[in-house]
Amino acid sequence: MSGILVIAEQRRGELRPVTLELVSAAQQLRRTPDERVAVAILADEPDRFIPEVSVAGVDEVITVPVAAKDFDPDALEAAALALIEARKPAVVLVPHSIDAFGWAAALAVKGDYGFATDVFRIAYEDGKLIATRGGYGQKVNVELEFPGKPVVVVALRASVFKPPEGRSRPAVSRFEPSRAGTRLTGKEFIEASAGEDDVDMTSAEFILAIGRGIGEQANVERFRELADAVGAVLGCSRPIADAGWLPKSRQIGQSGKTASACKLYVAMGISGAIQHLAGMKHVSTIVAVNADPGASIFSIATYGVKADIFEIADALRRQFPN
Amino acid sequence: MKILVAVKQVAALDEDFEIRADGKDVDPDFLVRDLNEWDDFSLEEAMKIKEASATPVEVVAVCVGPEDADEALRKCLAKGADRAIRVWDETVVGSDAIAIARLIAAVARREQPQLLFAGAQSADHAFAATGMAVAAFLDWPHAAVITQLTYTPGEEGATLRRELEGGVLHEMQIETPAVLTIQLGINTPRYASLRSIKQAAAKPIEVLTPQELGVPESAVGEAGSASRVRRMYVPEKGRAQMIEGSIEEQAARLAQLIRERTGGAA
Repeated sequence: MSGILVIAEQRRGELRPVTLELVSAAQQLRRTPDERVAVAILADEPDRFIPEVSVAGVDEVITVPVAAKDFDPDALEAAALALIEARKPAVVLVPHSIDAFGWAAALAVKGDYGFATDVFRIAYEDGKLIATRGGYGQKVNVELEFPGKPVVVVALRASVFKPPEGRSRPAVSRFEPSRAGTRLTGKEFIEASAGEDDVDMTSAEFILAIGRGIGEQANVERFRELADAVGAVLGCSRPIADAGWLPKSRQIGQSGKTASACKLYVAMGISGAIQHLAGMKHVSTIVAVNADPGASIFSIATYGVKADIFEIADALRRQFPN
Repeated sequence: MKILVAVKQVAALDEDFEIRADGKDVDPDFLVRDLNEWDDFSLEEAMKIKEASATPVEVVAVCVGPEDADEALRKCLAKGADRAIRVWDETVVGSDAIAIARLIAAVARREQPQLLFAGAQSADHAFAATGMAVAAFLDWPHAAVITQLTYTPGEEGATLRRELEGGVLHEMQIETPAVLTIQLGINTPRYASLRSIKQAAAKPIEVLTPQELGVPESAVGEAGSASRVRRMYVPEKGRAQMIEGSIEEQAARLAQLIRERTGGAA
């Protein structure tokens, strides 16, 4: 088994940027300079993505037409399985994304491949593939090995590997999988509606975000007032939005908004689940206020305040008299 | 009609913990166990279908784990599950999500549910793999990260919404029987009453071994897994610079940071 196969991810006709991060990971993983990196595009019209994935480090682009226009696990699994069996790569890279949640594990089972998800480091050590991921709420690192598995499917965490700079002129080939029937029909995308709330978290430069630590709904108002006083936009972690205490449009994280323009992020009572970190860990200045010194958020914050969030909120409010 | 709900007894770490002597896991003395948060939502979704149905619906909770996992199953019984099944023997030790899924699939073959729910991920190791792996072993239709589900018992399909990155939803119809993984927020899980907790304590939990399910020893434990833990270790501490002092001093420093970073506009 040799070579690394990257499976590109696309949605609604657009390449998901994480695909290029996978190419970088593949490039770094090569055991010899001539080990090949191939990018497979599984889509109804795969050819349209060829230019975009022709980045430095890609030796070959494989277009794999599948019947389903948008995400269809049956079609993706059947096509990927046939391609892997034909090409026999040592490693198959997919993103640790919502789409991959829906099919990568099933692919690994069907092919009897090695499998690991949410991997943030991957390397060969003494000829053995080692994948590193977090465990116990990211409080430990776990190194996984794959004995007896000549092919290993690895789902890589996004925003860990930098996309390659520069272009390439890869060979282009086509792989026709046999058509799989679908058991998922009538697909339709629905944009999240902001409802009454017209805030745009993606353009906010200063966000004060609250999490489970605020305890109860009655306390939201206190932090809203604080956010206003300090000039921040009020955001939240998932549990606050799920409970309906703040609208979904204020949720920061993987399934919420990304704090794209944010320069200062103050997280109060947020423990730092990996899904929340996905929406804000890139922010240049992060201040975490949490009473629990073991909270994961302290591991990515620039500044930490270990204190009761209500006491800090009141004291901070006094620093900003109207 | 039956719904099988696969649950996990997850483990959180004590503030201070030690890695086991073999370096492959945390010493179990430092683990605090609980029902996986996602599974609370799966069970609730099954209970909602049961309670809205005109025809009888049986909700069966299944867990792969040692005896202390009974606690998670009792929680499910207290919230209304009709039956509970635990799969275990010593050969299961060392199983990853794939080997666990093989056992859950074997239970599904025996129980023949119309729907099988699993959490979209677990709070401890967050593999986000078990549910879809179960579907592959069964060759059933499958979808992950569901935040909305419409299903009427007796019908041959369900309508669901997957929750994608950025909050976009993806709606579709799926044939049943199907495996669905449930995302947080799909419903509001109920609390068990003291009375139902007491009643659940007296209910039986059926315990099955892999062998009784027809799963050979070579297909469970490390031998039946798609990965094996080589080493577990505590990563170097992150870079947060702690702001010390009294509450007033901490708040003053925070205020200073805010003024600096926002150009003093606030």
